[in-house]
Amino acid sequence: MYQILKQIAITGIKTEAPPTTDESLRVVAQRLKAEVLAHFHGALAIRHVDAGSCNGCELEINALSNPYYNIEGLGIKFVASPRHADMLLVTGPVSRHMETALRRTYEATPDPKLVVALGDCGCTGGIFGESYASCGRVSNVIPVDVAVPGCPPAPYAIMQGILTAIIVAKT
Amino acid sequence: MRFEDLQIQVTQLPGAMPVWHGCVDADQWREACLHVRDAGGRLVALWGTDDTDRGAALCVHVALAWQSRLMVLSLPAAKGSYPDIAAIFPSANRMQRAVHDLLGLRADGAVDQRKWLRHAAWPENTFPLRRDFDDAATCTNGVDAYPFVKVEGEGVHEIPVGPVHAGTIEPGHFRFSVVGEGVLKLEERLGYKHKGIEKRFESMTLAQGARLAGRVSGDSTVAYAWAYAMAVEGVTGITPPPRALWLRALFLERERIGQHLWDLGYMGNDAGLAFGLAQFSRLREDMLRTNAALFGHRYLMDVICPGGVARDVDADGIDRIRHELKEIVKTVVTLRAIYIDHAGLQDRFVDCGRIRQDHAARLGLGGLAGRASGVACDLRAQIPSSPYDELGLNMVVRTGGDVAARATVRADEIVESLRLIERILSNLPSSDILIQTPDAPEYAFGVGWVEGWRGEVLIALETGAANRIRRCHPHDPSWQNWPLLERAVLGNIVPDFPLINKSFNLSYSGQDL
Repeated sequence: MYQILKQIAITGIKTEAPPTTDESLRVVAQRLKAEVLAHFHGALAIRHVDAGSCNGCELEINALSNPYYNIEGLGIKFVASPRHADMLLVTGPVSRHMETALRRTYEATPDPKLVVALGDCGCTGGIFGESYASCGRVSNVIPVDVAVPGCPPAPYAIMQGILTAIIVAKT
Repeated sequence: MRFEDLQIQVTQLPGAMPVWHGCVDADQWREACLHVRDAGGRLVALWGTDDTDRGAALCVHVALAWQSRLMVLSLPAAKGSYPDIAAIFPSANRMQRAVHDLLGLRADGAVDQRKWLRHAAWPENTFPLRRDFDDAATCTNGVDAYPFVKVEGEGVHEIPVGPVHAGTIEPGHFRFSVVGEGVLKLEERLGYKHKGIEKRFESMTLAQGARLAGRVSGDSTVAYAWAYAMAVEGVTGITPPPRALWLRALFLERERIGQHLWDLGYMGNDAGLAFGLAQFSRLREDMLRTNAALFGHRYLMDVICPGGVARDVDADGIDRIRHELKEIVKTVVTLRAIYIDHAGLQDRFVDCGRIRQDHAARLGLGGLAGRASGVACDLRAQIPSSPYDELGLNMVVRTGGDVAARATVRADEIVESLRLIERILSNLPSSDILIQTPDAPEYAFGVGWVEGWRGEVLIALETGAANRIRRCHPHDPSWQNWPLLERAVLGNIVPDFPLINKSFNLSYSGQDL
């Protein structure tokens, strides 16, 4: 236990709070927190669906939970069931083998719901495109509110996408 | 040369790795596999091609690692079938079924003839990798009826999980047959992410293919990009400048460290020690930021290209990496000690998800999971291409075969990779980092073979006219290890599955293609 406490003390707090060198991140994080507080009473629940990605986008979604981004600190959590979710975060070109699963996940998410398509593949089908095995972009299968490009999009861009989806939904 | 006493004529392919290629008949096909297995060799990959447009037949190919080289054997299967080798190498089972789904070639005598990669996106009698396949043809997306193996008896019930899982992971289906919490059987159903990668390659030039190769499995982008570049360099007969090769090794080891840090963090987290995830993921984020600052991409995508590398490192960059390494090695050593001393963690890790050494060897467990079960295989040590021949890897091997052993292998490999990186930085040759790739001859065959963080990644590449890709088969080490995950959970309880799964951390995308 002593070693754990010592290591925690040595590490200190890594979460990027103001003032920080990454000014853009600070702004987004603060706005995101304010929006989540105002519209989701401090708890935005996201269900991630990998609909056929190369798994690159998953690396960055997972990175959102590391101490630097600490997305849970903003009141955003990833939930295990679409029935608990306000938002679907969908990655990949939608493979035809995942088409049904994605539709069912969408239908299982209670209204009103938001969908953020993540990565170049989610936005356009990306390098995999449309084929006998791929439906291409996410919006070919379910309605999408915001699409975040990038291969993969950095955690900061993902946070920005989530924020944008909340604002778009409001207007 | 001749392949021992089997009268198989093989020729060496140009390229960075010792790869030999020959054509065989059906008898030699089986005999060669038996011979390689009995001599302690292993199956690396199995795939098919359609050469009917060249007046030849559908063809099946096998890559066998044997006596410090790779033997690629090609069997024209005029009758639409070839002798089963899953009875010799059990890991061939799913590869053979995938060859049938994509090309319509059947393995004669194979016990398991169920479909594998095909669900309902294309009909049973249609084969996407055939030359006459019409990609624009509308495919019915019906119901995927897959005959799972039933476990029956008093008190047995099934738990179906997936394809959409509870966490941020890739989709796949797991069918548990359980009594109480104990797992009697686990059956995997993969292929959900099949997005036609191999067919996609065939619409690309050799240059364009590099980008796709780097996205077969995003978490192994460096390993795939290197393997692909190696294959292209083989068919075009070039050797990248020495500095480029050393930088590739730098990138590959950074990818390995990053993924191992990540897995160690998650294994701690899955066993209830969130402290581990916070600590390891912090180190990893530091590395990703360094990657972005120095090489332009957090995961080093597209940094390796045929002919060399796209990014160099200067003296300041080397200082930054060195500084970071010191921090990582210090923290990893501390965290490793904490993990080992933590009673709650060890209670979950030790004896959980065990693969015995004899099973691992017989069933073909590879990569880091293999090394945790006593299978001493690592291309970097055993068939080192430049610069590994000069770096001198100390291979990490453990025999426990459980979650604890896979965690230890990761921690020790991090320390070893840090040592390699220090050697790379101290001995980085001065040269260009990229040379022009000349035109490739038509119908040339090249192979790339690289030890990624998960295991050995193979790219088999055949050129078409005008520098186009005629056929490209990327092979992920997960093909070999997925079936062993089914074995590892036997006798464990369902709640331990996420931890066991994470301790392997296999690629869905790399397997589903």
